[in-house]
Amino acid sequence: MDFIFQPWPYFIGGPLIAISLLLYFYFGQNFGTSTNFETICTIFGADKVSDYFKKDWKKQKFALMFVAGLIIGGFIASNFLIPNQTVDLNPKTVQELTDIGFVNVGNQYFPDEIFSVDTVFSIKGFLILLVSGLFIGFGTRYAGGCTSGHAITGLSSLQLPSLLAVIGFFIGGIIATWFVIPLLF
Amino acid sequence: MKNIKYLILGIFFAIVLSKSQAISWYRFYEMFKFQSFHMFGIIGGAIVISMIFMQLFKHGVIKDIHGNKIVPTPKKKGFIRTIFGGTFFGLGWGISGACAGPIFVIFGFKLLPALILLSGALLGALIYGVLSKKLPN
Repeated sequence: MDFIFQPWPYFIGGPLIAISLLLYFYFGQNFGTSTNFETICTIFGADKVSDYFKKDWKKQKFALMFVAGLIIGGFIASNFLIPNQTVDLNPKTVQELTDIGFVNVGNQYFPDEIFSVDTVFSIKGFLILLVSGLFIGFGTRYAGGCTSGHAITGLSSLQLPSLLAVIGFFIGGIIATWFVIPLLF
Repeated sequence: MKNIKYLILGIFFAIVLSKSQAISWYRFYEMFKFQSFHMFGIIGGAIVISMIFMQLFKHGVIKDIHGNKIVPTPKKKGFIRTIFGGTFFGLGWGISGACAGPIFVIFGFKLLPALILLSGALLGALIYGVLSKKLPN
């Protein structure tokens, strides 16, 4: 049982993600998560704004069930399976973040500087999350996938568009962490 | 009820991501800073093993639940679409430490931030949908 409560190393996490992909395909569907943003837009009536959303969302029910599972699984993990959220970071990472004003670096999964209730209710904190979300929603739809759809499914099936998309993910991620984060904090 | 298996798979996937810390803001920060192997190991490992599965699909060794051949849908082509779209996503991912799947998993950890992230993502998808015909591919 001890293993369940310890953080899982990469050589357990990676294969279990691949097994999730295998099951998803075995059940008869393409593995990916970001299409759900579109589906939820359609359910909320986005088809009245743009023809792009005139799609039969009922065909995506399976994916919405997967999303519901993600939410339930998150609650189960956070409440019962992770007694200690410490992240074992490179001392260099800890020092860098401390230098720009982060406190208790790596003590929990999500830094208070972005995720605490106080931060979320500040204008800056709210906008950081909302705009990040907007980039995620816009970017995944424009590129046609996210980490699961492009990086894992697309690269493993040797698709060129996915290689380009992953290069894009890293261009954006590097700009964000090397330049934007130090500017924001 | 035939979709219940996706619900269970979602729960499983969320637990895997949570337990391997692949939803932690810090893990993505250090990945983009190239200061740790952890996330490269997870994503790289998932890709390598998935490649083997893809070969088994291709040669018909593994078929789907209905006995059909498994063929992954080809991704939309286009240099600008993938590079620019990817960069936008990377920016959001790098700042918030959340990619598409984890946004939903984070609901169980940080409810309000997850709600704001999801609202942003829906708004972003809406903007894409409205502009989709005008954007270069």
